[in-house]
Amino acid sequence: MPVTNAYRIYPCGDHAVTIELGDTINAAVNEKVIALFGYLKEKQLTGVRDIIPAYHTVTIVYDIGVLRKQQPNATSYHTMCTWLQDAMNAVKIAQASKTNLVRIPVCYDPSLAPDIESLSQQHNITVDGMINLHTGKNYRVYMIGFLPGFAYMGSVDEKIATPRRSQPRTLVPAGSVGIAGEQTGIYPLDSPGGWQLIGRTPVSLFAADKESPCYLQPGDEVQFYAISLTEYAKQKQR
Amino acid sequence: MSLYIHKSGILDTIQDAGRYGYQHLGINPGGVMDAMAMQVANILVGNSIEEAVLEMHFPAAEIVFEDNVLIALSGADLSASIDGTEVPILHPVWIRKGTTLRFGKQREGARIYLAIQGGYQANQWLHSYSTHLKVKAGGFEGRALQKNDRLFFKVNHDSFIPAGKNFLILPWQANVSELYTNNTFQFVRGAEYEWLTIPSKQQLEKNSFLISRQSDRMGYRLEGEILHATGKELISTAVTRGTIQLLPDGQLIILMADHQTTGGYPRVGHLISADMPSLAQMNSGQSFTLQQATIEMAETKWMQQQSNLRQLQNACNFRLQEYVY
Repeated sequence: MPVTNAYRIYPCGDHAVTIELGDTINAAVNEKVIALFGYLKEKQLTGVRDIIPAYHTVTIVYDIGVLRKQQPNATSYHTMCTWLQDAMNAVKIAQASKTNLVRIPVCYDPSLAPDIESLSQQHNITVDGMINLHTGKNYRVYMIGFLPGFAYMGSVDEKIATPRRSQPRTLVPAGSVGIAGEQTGIYPLDSPGGWQLIGRTPVSLFAADKESPCYLQPGDEVQFYAISLTEYAKQKQR
Repeated sequence: MSLYIHKSGILDTIQDAGRYGYQHLGINPGGVMDAMAMQVANILVGNSIEEAVLEMHFPAAEIVFEDNVLIALSGADLSASIDGTEVPILHPVWIRKGTTLRFGKQREGARIYLAIQGGYQANQWLHSYSTHLKVKAGGFEGRALQKNDRLFFKVNHDSFIPAGKNFLILPWQANVSELYTNNTFQFVRGAEYEWLTIPSKQQLEKNSFLISRQSDRMGYRLEGEILHATGKELISTAVTRGTIQLLPDGQLIILMADHQTTGGYPRVGHLISADMPSLAQMNSGQSFTLQQATIEMAETKWMQQQSNLRQLQNACNFRLQEYVY
């Protein structure tokens, strides 16, 4: 299936260009994003420094000098726009791309989940009910951003959707599982952060020394399952 | 073949041109804040322009050189001295083994760069020497330098220091006046520029913005009159170095070297690449104004800068031949 023609291209600064393939968060738009990202990455265009897929956009960061050398009479922005238009005509969404299902253990014990009790009160759902709702469905990884290996996943059941904390924490421990609006995510590294923390996983989401350092990729499907504090400690030791 | 940190500064890290090609994994490029200063310092010692350098802030480290080496300082002027005698920035300087480099008053600028001929021996992570403090990788063990650290050089060299002297300032200076801009920085429109109300669009270019104390390698938070935008919700998408985001409180932040790869605040504009080094040399408490430019103007200014740098490189390499084997 060819990617539809409905798109918008705009500069993201003087050394980057963004193509927007839709205006909502949904799997179909995100499939297009991943297809275009894969296509552009394979092309290995000279002068391209980074390709950043997000929910509904793909952004290319480029080297002005390299592009101007190739096309001295055009702005590098213009050159990139032409390339992107050509890519949109050529790219196909992979036929029924097989989804990678990743199961991730999470300990929801309040000692590792500082916000789970307040969310439980706020939504008038028991902690067990919160856990059932969070583990009760599979989530799509829409994009990696914010921190190395931080996967933005969605969407959580609207009964447990919660805005970010008004005061972000100065230190969120690596492995913390959080909710922000209808998104859920896992902090791969110790970091400041404003997501509501409802659990922690012993799994390492980012390993700097690995060839592919991220545990999750855009397009993956994630299923959380609950583990006890003892099991958390055991797996953490491995 | 090393230098020794006798006293650490507030944030002394190894940085190069940045770690590109991994932003789809959420790994931000990082790298030097002032790319111009990095290139100038490297040019002065005859390195390739993107060789890793030591980026220091005020107060900066106290450094003992444990071997003869050709160095250059660029960027901020922090009153550098060698064994008590002041040395200027933007000159190549031969240093004798055992001498100490210290810094004094902060005269101008925010970041000083120390390049050594041949470069530093540092850790590469994902093809870059830049220190990534969050991941704790790259540069010197993935962290800022501390007292008693020893940073090794890639190469050893003979020197031209006359007997009885501790250092020799080579008699030419890089003229960087054409490379930096003062007080007015240009921006191109961002995708959400149109979200600004008409009065706010005018304020964006009329008002002056103060760099707040909450400014660091990730971003410069600005203080100015509150700007207003229509209240739409933005889906998180990519941001770049120089992106000017409008925060919920109506203030702006300009993303710097250690920016996140994606963000959800409206992007009202993007500072042009050519002006980023100048902004990176401004300190909190200083203010500036913004002026709109087109993509064409931004690219032209950047190309002009690159051509000035190449001229500087040719001139410096020619002079350096007499002083380096």
